[in-house]
Amino acid sequence: MKKFERQQIAARVARDIPEGAYVNLGIGLPTLVADHLPRDREIVLHSENGVLGVGPRPAKGMEDEDLINAGKEPVTLLMGGAFFHHADSFGMIRGRHLDYCVLGAFQVSVAGDLANWHTGAPDAIPAVGGAMDLAVGAKNVLVMMEHLTKEGKSKIVERCSYPLTAAHCVNRIYTDLAVIDVKADGLHVVDIVEGLSFEELQRLSGVPLKRTSASKAA
Amino acid sequence: MIDKFIATAQAALADVPDGATVMIGGFGNAGMPAELIDALIERGARGLTVVNNNAGNGDTGLAALIAAKCVRKIICSFPRQADSWHFDRAHRAGELELELVPQGTLAERIRAAGAGIGAFYTPTAFGTELAAGKETRRIGARDYVLEFPIHADYALIKADRADRWGNLTYRMTARNFGPIMAAAAKCTVAQVRETVPLGTLDPEVVVTPGIFVKRVVRIASLRKAA
Repeated sequence: MKKFERQQIAARVARDIPEGAYVNLGIGLPTLVADHLPRDREIVLHSENGVLGVGPRPAKGMEDEDLINAGKEPVTLLMGGAFFHHADSFGMIRGRHLDYCVLGAFQVSVAGDLANWHTGAPDAIPAVGGAMDLAVGAKNVLVMMEHLTKEGKSKIVERCSYPLTAAHCVNRIYTDLAVIDVKADGLHVVDIVEGLSFEELQRLSGVPLKRTSASKAA
Repeated sequence: MIDKFIATAQAALADVPDGATVMIGGFGNAGMPAELIDALIERGARGLTVVNNNAGNGDTGLAALIAAKCVRKIICSFPRQADSWHFDRAHRAGELELELVPQGTLAERIRAAGAGIGAFYTPTAFGTELAAGKETRRIGARDYVLEFPIHADYALIKADRADRWGNLTYRMTARNFGPIMAAAAKCTVAQVRETVPLGTLDPEVVVTPGIFVKRVVRIASLRKAA
Protein backbone atom coordinates (compact mmCIF):
# COMPACT_ATOMS: atom_id res chain seq x y z
CA MET A 1 0.00 0.00 0.00
CA LYS A 2 1.20 3.49 -0.85
CA LYS A 3 -0.59 6.08 1.27
CA PHE A 4 -1.88 9.24 -0.36
CA GLU A 5 0.63 12.06 0.06
CA ARG A 6 -0.61 15.40 1.40
CA GLN A 7 -0.61 16.89 -2.08
CA GLN A 8 -2.58 13.92 -3.41
CA ILE A 9 -5.21 14.36 -0.72
CA ALA A 10 -5.39 18.06 -1.58
CA ALA A 11 -5.77 17.23 -5.28
CA ARG A 12 -8.52 14.73 -4.47
CA VAL A 13 -10.44 17.39 -2.50
CA ALA A 14 -9.96 19.92 -5.30
CA ARG A 15 -11.48 17.50 -7.82
CA ASP A 16 -14.75 17.55 -5.85
CA ILE A 17 -15.15 21.35 -5.87
CA PRO A 18 -17.41 22.36 -8.73
CA GLU A 19 -17.45 25.36 -11.03
CA GLY A 20 -18.89 28.48 -9.39
CA ALA A 21 -18.39 27.31 -5.80
CA TYR A 22 -17.63 29.71 -2.94
CA VAL A 23 -15.09 27.96 -0.76
CA ASN A 24 -13.22 28.54 2.50
CA LEU A 25 -9.98 26.64 3.01
CA GLY A 26 -9.00 26.26 6.64
CA ILE A 27 -5.54 26.96 8.00
CA GLY A 28 -2.90 24.24 7.58
CA LEU A 29 -3.39 21.18 5.36
CA PRO A 30 -6.54 22.56 3.62
CA THR A 31 -4.65 25.54 2.20
CA LEU A 32 -2.86 23.05 -0.11
CA VAL A 33 -6.15 22.55 -1.96
CA ALA A 34 -5.85 25.99 -3.59
CA ASP A 35 -2.93 24.87 -5.75
CA HIS A 36 -4.91 21.95 -7.15
CA LEU A 37 -8.17 23.64 -8.11
CA PRO A 38 -8.79 22.96 -11.80
CA ARG A 39 -7.88 26.02 -13.83
CA ASP A 40 -10.89 25.66 -16.08
CA ARG A 41 -13.28 26.22 -13.18
CA GLU A 42 -14.09 29.61 -11.64
CA ILE A 43 -13.99 28.93 -7.91
CA VAL A 44 -14.08 31.82 -5.44
CA LEU A 45 -12.01 31.45 -2.29
CA HIS A 46 -13.21 33.16 0.88
CA SER A 47 -11.02 34.05 3.81
CA GLU A 48 -12.55 34.83 7.22
CA ASN A 49 -10.66 38.04 7.74
CA GLY A 50 -12.77 39.66 5.04
CA VAL A 51 -11.97 38.79 1.45
CA LEU A 52 -13.54 36.92 -1.46
CA GLY A 53 -11.47 36.11 -4.52
CA VAL A 54 -8.27 35.14 -2.75
CA GLY A 55 -5.45 34.52 -5.25
CA PRO A 56 -2.08 32.81 -4.94
CA ARG A 57 0.80 33.91 -2.76
CA PRO A 58 2.48 36.99 -4.23
CA ALA A 59 5.97 36.90 -5.70
CA LYS A 60 8.74 37.58 -3.22
CA GLY A 61 8.99 41.30 -2.55
CA MET A 62 5.41 41.91 -3.71
CA GLU A 63 3.78 41.13 -0.34
CA ASP A 64 1.43 43.76 1.10
CA GLU A 65 0.78 43.59 4.85
CA ASP A 66 -2.77 44.80 4.27
CA LEU A 67 -3.56 41.84 2.01
CA ILE A 68 -3.46 38.61 3.99
CA ASN A 69 -5.56 35.48 4.53
CA ALA A 70 -6.93 34.02 7.75
CA GLY A 71 -3.60 32.26 8.30
CA LYS A 72 -2.01 35.75 8.22
CA GLU A 73 -0.03 34.80 5.12
CA PRO A 74 0.35 37.28 2.26
CA VAL A 75 -2.02 36.62 -0.64
CA THR A 76 -3.17 38.33 -3.82
CA LEU A 77 -6.64 39.35 -4.95
CA LEU A 78 -8.15 37.98 -8.14
CA MET A 79 -10.20 40.03 -10.57
CA GLY A 80 -13.73 40.25 -9.20
CA GLY A 81 -12.53 40.02 -5.60
CA ALA A 82 -14.08 42.00 -2.76
CA PHE A 83 -13.26 43.16 0.76
CA PHE A 84 -15.71 43.35 3.67
CA HIS A 85 -15.66 43.65 7.43
CA HIS A 86 -15.53 40.76 9.88
CA ALA A 87 -19.25 40.67 10.76
CA ASP A 88 -20.18 40.45 7.08
CA SER A 89 -17.53 37.79 6.58
CA PHE A 90 -18.96 35.59 9.30
CA GLY A 91 -22.48 36.43 8.14
CA MET A 92 -21.50 34.77 4.87
CA ILE A 93 -20.31 31.75 6.82
CA ARG A 94 -23.17 31.33 9.30
CA GLY A 95 -25.75 32.47 6.78
CA ARG A 96 -25.05 29.38 4.67
CA HIS A 97 -23.66 31.27 1.70
CA LEU A 98 -20.44 29.26 1.48
CA ASP A 99 -20.77 26.12 -0.61
CA TYR A 100 -17.78 24.35 0.88
CA CYS A 101 -15.30 24.64 3.66
CA VAL A 102 -12.31 22.37 4.03
CA LEU A 103 -11.05 21.83 7.58
CA GLY A 104 -8.41 19.84 9.36
CA ALA A 105 -9.44 17.62 12.26
CA PHE A 106 -8.25 15.74 15.34
CA GLN A 107 -11.27 13.44 15.17
CA VAL A 108 -14.50 12.92 13.23
CA SER A 109 -17.24 10.70 14.65
CA VAL A 110 -19.50 8.26 12.86
CA ALA A 111 -22.28 10.84 13.24
CA GLY A 112 -20.18 13.55 11.59
CA ASP A 113 -19.24 15.32 14.81
CA LEU A 114 -16.04 17.31 14.39
CA ALA A 115 -13.28 17.92 16.93
CA ASN A 116 -10.58 20.20 15.60
CA TRP A 117 -9.97 23.13 17.94
CA HIS A 118 -8.74 21.93 21.31
CA THR A 119 -7.08 18.83 22.70
CA GLY A 120 -8.73 19.47 26.04
CA ALA A 121 -5.43 19.05 27.86
CA PRO A 122 -5.77 20.90 31.18
CA ASP A 123 -2.69 23.09 30.67
CA ALA A 124 -3.42 23.88 27.00
CA ILE A 125 -4.50 27.41 26.15
CA PRO A 126 -7.55 26.96 23.94
CA ALA A 127 -7.96 28.88 20.69
CA VAL A 128 -10.98 28.50 18.45
CA GLY A 129 -10.86 31.16 15.74
CA GLY A 130 -13.49 30.63 13.06
CA ALA A 131 -13.64 26.84 13.23
CA MET A 132 -17.02 26.60 14.97
CA ASP A 133 -18.61 29.12 12.63
CA LEU A 134 -17.33 27.33 9.53
CA ALA A 135 -18.42 23.94 10.82
CA VAL A 136 -22.03 25.02 11.42
CA GLY A 137 -22.27 27.42 8.51
CA ALA A 138 -20.84 25.96 5.32
CA LYS A 139 -23.24 23.97 3.15
CA ASN A 140 -20.64 21.19 2.81
CA VAL A 141 -17.96 20.53 5.38
CA LEU A 142 -15.02 18.56 4.01
CA VAL A 143 -12.37 17.27 6.39
CA MET A 144 -8.77 16.51 5.47
CA MET A 145 -6.70 14.56 7.96
CA GLU A 146 -4.44 11.60 8.43
CA HIS A 147 -6.44 8.46 8.97
CA LEU A 148 -4.46 7.35 12.02
CA THR A 149 -2.77 9.10 14.90
CA LYS A 150 0.96 8.73 15.41
CA GLU A 151 0.11 5.89 17.80
CA GLY A 152 -1.87 4.14 15.04
CA LYS A 153 -5.33 4.90 16.46
CA SER A 154 -8.14 5.76 14.08
CA LYS A 155 -9.12 9.44 13.97
CA ILE A 156 -12.54 8.33 12.79
CA VAL A 157 -14.26 7.38 16.02
CA GLU A 158 -17.54 6.27 17.51
CA ARG A 159 -17.60 9.38 19.75
CA CYS A 160 -15.08 12.23 19.79
CA SER A 161 -12.96 12.21 22.94
CA TYR A 162 -11.69 15.73 22.20
CA PRO A 163 -13.95 18.76 22.76
CA LEU A 164 -16.41 19.21 19.90
CA THR A 165 -16.22 21.95 17.31
CA ALA A 166 -19.73 21.16 16.10
CA ALA A 167 -22.04 18.14 16.03
CA HIS A 168 -23.33 16.43 12.86
CA CYS A 169 -21.51 18.76 10.49
CA VAL A 170 -19.01 16.75 8.43
CA ASN A 171 -20.09 15.61 4.96
CA ARG A 172 -16.96 13.95 3.60
CA ILE A 173 -13.60 12.86 5.03
CA TYR A 174 -10.39 12.72 2.97
CA THR A 175 -7.51 10.84 4.56
CA ASP A 176 -4.24 9.33 3.43
CA LEU A 177 -6.05 5.98 3.20
CA ALA A 178 -9.54 6.69 1.94
CA VAL A 179 -12.36 9.05 1.02
CA ILE A 180 -15.42 8.48 3.16
CA ASP A 181 -18.89 10.02 3.05
CA VAL A 182 -20.71 10.68 6.31
CA LYS A 183 -24.37 9.90 5.81
CA ALA A 184 -27.38 9.46 8.07
CA ASP A 185 -27.01 5.69 7.90
CA GLY A 186 -23.27 5.64 8.52
CA LEU A 187 -19.90 5.93 6.83
CA HIS A 188 -19.68 5.09 3.14
CA VAL A 189 -16.29 4.40 1.61
CA VAL A 190 -15.89 6.22 -1.71
CA ASP A 191 -12.20 5.63 -2.47
CA ILE A 192 -9.49 3.46 -0.98
CA VAL A 193 -5.78 3.89 -1.51
CA GLU A 194 -4.30 1.36 -3.93
CA GLY A 195 -3.16 -1.86 -2.29
CA LEU A 196 -5.42 -1.56 0.75
CA SER A 197 -8.41 -3.86 0.99
CA PHE A 198 -11.78 -2.77 2.32
CA GLU A 199 -11.40 -5.30 5.13
CA GLU A 200 -8.03 -3.89 6.14
CA LEU A 201 -9.40 -0.32 6.03
CA GLN A 202 -12.28 -1.50 8.20
CA ARG A 203 -9.86 -3.04 10.69
CA LEU A 204 -7.68 0.11 10.87
CA SER A 205 -10.68 2.42 11.20
CA GLY A 206 -12.30 0.56 14.09
CA VAL A 207 -15.77 1.91 13.28
CA PRO A 208 -18.33 0.33 10.95
CA LEU A 209 -17.77 1.24 7.31
CA LYS A 210 -20.09 0.60 4.41
CA ARG A 211 -18.87 -0.59 1.07
CA THR A 212 -20.55 1.28 -1.74
CA SER A 213 -20.69 0.35 -5.38
CA ALA A 214 -18.38 3.29 -5.96
CA SER A 215 -15.78 1.92 -3.50
CA LYS A 216 -12.66 1.29 -5.49
CA ALA A 217 -8.98 1.82 -5.45
CA ALA A 218 -8.28 5.39 -6.58
CA MET B 1 -17.21 73.42 12.88
CA ILE B 2 -16.72 69.72 13.37
CA ASP B 3 -13.07 68.84 13.55
CA LYS B 4 -12.18 65.38 14.81
CA PHE B 5 -8.51 65.63 13.90
CA ILE B 6 -6.23 65.31 16.93
CA ALA B 7 -2.54 66.16 16.65
CA THR B 8 -1.05 63.14 18.39
CA ALA B 9 -1.95 59.60 19.41
CA GLN B 10 -1.08 60.54 23.02
CA ALA B 11 -3.57 63.42 23.01
CA ALA B 12 -6.24 61.20 21.47
CA LEU B 13 -5.98 58.71 24.35
CA ALA B 14 -5.22 61.06 27.23
CA ASP B 15 -8.55 60.37 28.95
CA VAL B 16 -8.58 56.55 28.93
CA PRO B 17 -9.29 55.62 32.56
CA ASP B 18 -8.30 52.57 34.57
CA GLY B 19 -10.74 49.70 34.06
CA ALA B 20 -11.91 50.81 30.60
CA THR B 21 -13.04 48.31 27.97
CA VAL B 22 -10.96 48.92 24.86
CA MET B 23 -11.55 47.34 21.48
CA ILE B 24 -8.44 47.08 19.35
CA GLY B 25 -8.86 46.50 15.63
CA GLY B 26 -6.63 44.48 13.38
CA PHE B 27 -6.10 40.94 12.25
CA GLY B 28 -2.43 40.17 12.19
CA ASN B 29 -0.63 43.34 11.22
CA ALA B 30 -3.42 44.29 8.83
CA GLY B 31 -5.43 47.06 10.45
CA MET B 32 -3.53 46.92 13.72
CA PRO B 33 -3.38 50.46 15.17
CA ALA B 34 0.21 50.06 16.37
CA GLU B 35 0.86 53.71 17.22
CA LEU B 36 -2.42 54.01 19.15
CA ILE B 37 -1.50 50.93 21.17
CA ASP B 38 1.90 52.48 21.93
CA ALA B 39 0.11 55.62 23.10
CA LEU B 40 -2.21 53.54 25.28
CA ILE B 41 0.81 51.92 26.93
CA GLU B 42 2.25 55.39 27.49
CA ARG B 43 -1.04 56.53 28.98
CA GLY B 44 -0.60 53.80 31.57
CA ALA B 45 -4.23 52.99 32.31
CA ARG B 46 -4.52 49.72 34.26
CA GLY B 47 -7.11 47.00 34.61
CA LEU B 48 -8.22 47.24 31.00
CA THR B 49 -10.52 44.77 29.30
CA VAL B 50 -9.27 44.37 25.75
CA VAL B 51 -11.29 43.04 22.82
CA ASN B 52 -9.24 41.82 19.85
CA ASN B 53 -9.21 38.74 17.66
CA ASN B 54 -5.92 37.59 19.18
CA ALA B 55 -4.00 38.09 22.38
CA GLY B 56 -0.91 39.74 21.01
CA ASN B 57 2.16 38.30 19.38
CA GLY B 58 5.85 39.05 19.54
CA ASP B 59 6.85 41.94 21.79
CA THR B 60 4.99 44.84 20.21
CA GLY B 61 1.41 46.11 20.00
CA LEU B 62 -1.10 44.24 22.16
CA ALA B 63 1.65 41.92 23.43
CA ALA B 64 3.50 44.98 24.76
CA LEU B 65 0.29 46.26 26.38
CA ILE B 66 -0.01 42.90 28.18
CA ALA B 67 3.68 42.93 29.11
CA ALA B 68 3.17 46.41 30.61
CA LYS B 69 0.52 44.84 32.90
CA CYS B 70 -2.23 47.16 31.64
CA VAL B 71 -4.69 44.38 30.81
CA ARG B 72 -6.89 42.54 33.31
CA LYS B 73 -9.05 40.61 30.86
CA ILE B 74 -8.97 39.76 27.18
CA ILE B 75 -11.94 38.81 25.01
CA CYS B 76 -10.72 37.11 21.84
CA SER B 77 -11.08 34.09 19.56
CA PHE B 78 -7.52 32.94 19.04
CA PRO B 79 -5.06 33.66 21.87
CA ARG B 80 -2.64 30.83 21.24
CA GLN B 81 0.06 31.56 18.71
CA ALA B 82 3.66 30.50 18.40
CA ASP B 83 4.79 33.91 19.64
CA SER B 84 2.03 34.83 22.11
CA TRP B 85 4.42 34.41 25.03
CA HIS B 86 3.36 37.55 26.95
CA PHE B 87 -0.27 36.40 26.97
CA ASP B 88 0.71 32.80 27.79
CA ARG B 89 2.81 33.87 30.76
CA ALA B 90 0.30 36.34 32.22
CA HIS B 91 -2.61 33.94 31.71
CA ARG B 92 -0.81 30.99 33.30
CA ALA B 93 0.22 33.23 36.19
CA GLY B 94 -3.44 34.03 36.77
CA GLU B 95 -2.94 37.74 36.08
CA LEU B 96 -4.96 37.84 32.89
CA GLU B 97 -8.48 36.52 32.47
CA LEU B 98 -9.47 35.03 29.10
CA GLU B 99 -12.94 35.00 27.58
CA LEU B 100 -12.69 32.77 24.52
CA VAL B 101 -15.32 33.50 21.87
CA PRO B 102 -15.73 31.92 18.43
CA GLN B 103 -14.56 34.42 15.84
CA GLY B 104 -17.93 34.92 14.16
CA THR B 105 -19.67 35.25 17.51
CA LEU B 106 -17.05 37.80 18.55
CA ALA B 107 -17.71 39.82 15.39
CA GLU B 108 -21.48 39.59 15.77
CA ARG B 109 -21.40 40.54 19.46
CA ILE B 110 -19.42 43.63 18.51
CA ARG B 111 -21.78 44.37 15.62
CA ALA B 112 -24.82 43.88 17.87
CA ALA B 113 -23.48 46.42 20.37
CA GLY B 114 -23.14 49.06 17.68
CA ALA B 115 -26.55 48.25 16.23
CA GLY B 116 -28.47 48.44 19.50
CA ILE B 117 -29.35 44.75 19.59
CA GLY B 118 -30.04 43.36 23.07
CA ALA B 119 -28.92 39.78 22.34
CA PHE B 120 -29.07 37.26 19.52
CA TYR B 121 -29.24 33.53 18.88
CA THR B 122 -26.42 31.94 16.89
CA PRO B 123 -25.98 28.31 15.84
CA THR B 124 -22.23 28.57 16.40
CA ALA B 125 -20.85 26.63 19.38
CA PHE B 126 -24.12 24.86 20.18
CA GLY B 127 -23.32 21.60 21.95
CA THR B 128 -19.72 22.59 22.64
CA GLU B 129 -17.93 23.63 25.80
CA LEU B 130 -17.93 27.26 24.62
CA ALA B 131 -21.71 27.26 25.03
CA ALA B 132 -21.60 25.67 28.50
CA GLY B 133 -24.07 27.33 30.84
CA LYS B 134 -25.54 29.53 28.12
CA GLU B 135 -29.21 29.79 27.31
CA THR B 136 -30.14 27.83 24.19
CA ARG B 137 -33.22 27.62 22.04
CA ARG B 138 -34.47 25.46 19.19
CA ILE B 139 -35.81 27.63 16.37
CA GLY B 140 -37.21 25.67 13.47
CA ALA B 141 -34.98 22.66 13.01
CA ARG B 142 -31.81 24.20 14.46
CA ASP B 143 -30.37 24.80 17.88
CA TYR B 144 -29.01 28.17 18.87
CA VAL B 145 -27.03 29.77 21.68
CA LEU B 146 -27.97 33.14 23.18
CA GLU B 147 -25.15 35.66 22.96
CA PHE B 148 -24.93 39.22 24.25
CA PRO B 149 -23.35 42.32 22.73
CA ILE B 150 -19.91 43.58 23.68
CA HIS B 151 -19.90 47.31 24.31
CA ALA B 152 -16.69 49.27 24.70
CA ASP B 153 -15.59 52.58 26.13
CA TYR B 154 -12.95 53.02 23.44
CA ALA B 155 -12.20 51.50 20.05
CA LEU B 156 -8.75 51.94 18.59
CA ILE B 157 -8.79 51.23 14.89
CA LYS B 158 -6.65 51.81 11.82
CA ALA B 159 -8.15 53.13 8.62
CA ASP B 160 -6.66 54.46 5.41
CA ARG B 161 -8.11 57.91 4.78
CA ALA B 162 -10.27 60.26 6.84
CA ASP B 163 -11.81 63.71 6.60
CA ARG B 164 -12.37 66.03 9.57
CA TRP B 165 -15.88 64.64 10.08
CA GLY B 166 -14.34 61.23 10.72
CA ASN B 167 -15.55 59.53 7.55
CA LEU B 168 -13.23 56.60 6.92
CA THR B 169 -12.04 54.40 4.10
CA TYR B 170 -9.94 51.29 4.61
CA ARG B 171 -7.31 49.41 2.70
CA MET B 172 -7.90 45.79 1.67
CA THR B 173 -8.05 43.25 4.50
CA ALA B 174 -7.02 45.94 7.00
CA ARG B 175 -10.75 46.70 7.23
CA ASN B 176 -11.47 43.56 9.30
CA PHE B 177 -12.89 44.67 12.69
CA GLY B 178 -12.65 48.44 12.08
CA PRO B 179 -16.21 49.27 10.98
CA ILE B 180 -17.94 47.17 13.65
CA MET B 181 -15.67 48.24 16.51
CA ALA B 182 -16.12 51.87 15.49
CA ALA B 183 -19.85 51.51 16.03
CA ALA B 184 -19.59 49.54 19.27
CA ALA B 185 -17.55 52.02 21.33
CA LYS B 186 -18.49 55.26 23.04
CA CYS B 187 -15.25 56.83 21.85
CA THR B 188 -13.69 55.58 18.64
CA VAL B 189 -10.20 56.72 17.80
CA ALA B 190 -8.98 56.05 14.28
CA GLN B 191 -5.39 56.28 13.17
CA VAL B 192 -5.19 56.92 9.45
CA ARG B 193 -2.52 57.05 6.80
CA GLU B 194 -3.88 60.22 5.26
CA THR B 195 -6.25 63.01 6.18
CA VAL B 196 -8.08 64.81 3.40
CA PRO B 197 -10.26 67.93 3.14
CA LEU B 198 -14.00 67.51 3.67
CA GLY B 199 -15.66 66.62 0.37
CA THR B 200 -12.67 64.71 -0.97
CA LEU B 201 -13.87 61.22 -0.06
CA ASP B 202 -16.36 59.81 -2.53
CA PRO B 203 -19.51 59.25 -0.43
CA GLU B 204 -20.02 55.99 -2.34
CA VAL B 205 -16.81 54.56 -0.94
CA VAL B 206 -16.98 55.77 2.66
CA VAL B 207 -17.07 52.57 4.72
CA THR B 208 -17.37 54.01 8.22
CA PRO B 209 -19.44 57.19 8.34
CA GLY B 210 -18.16 59.83 10.73
CA ILE B 211 -21.06 59.39 13.16
CA PHE B 212 -19.16 56.36 14.52
CA VAL B 213 -15.84 58.16 14.95
CA LYS B 214 -14.83 60.66 17.66
CA ARG B 215 -11.13 61.25 17.04
CA VAL B 216 -8.77 60.91 14.10
CA VAL B 217 -4.99 60.87 14.27
CA ARG B 218 -2.83 60.88 11.19
CA ILE B 219 0.17 58.58 11.50
CA ALA B 220 2.32 59.60 8.61
CA SER B 221 4.89 56.91 8.12
CA LEU B 222 4.26 53.22 8.15
CA ARG B 223 6.15 51.70 11.01
CA LYS B 224 8.58 49.02 9.94
CA ALA B 225 8.42 45.68 11.64
CA ALA B 226 10.88 45.42 14.52
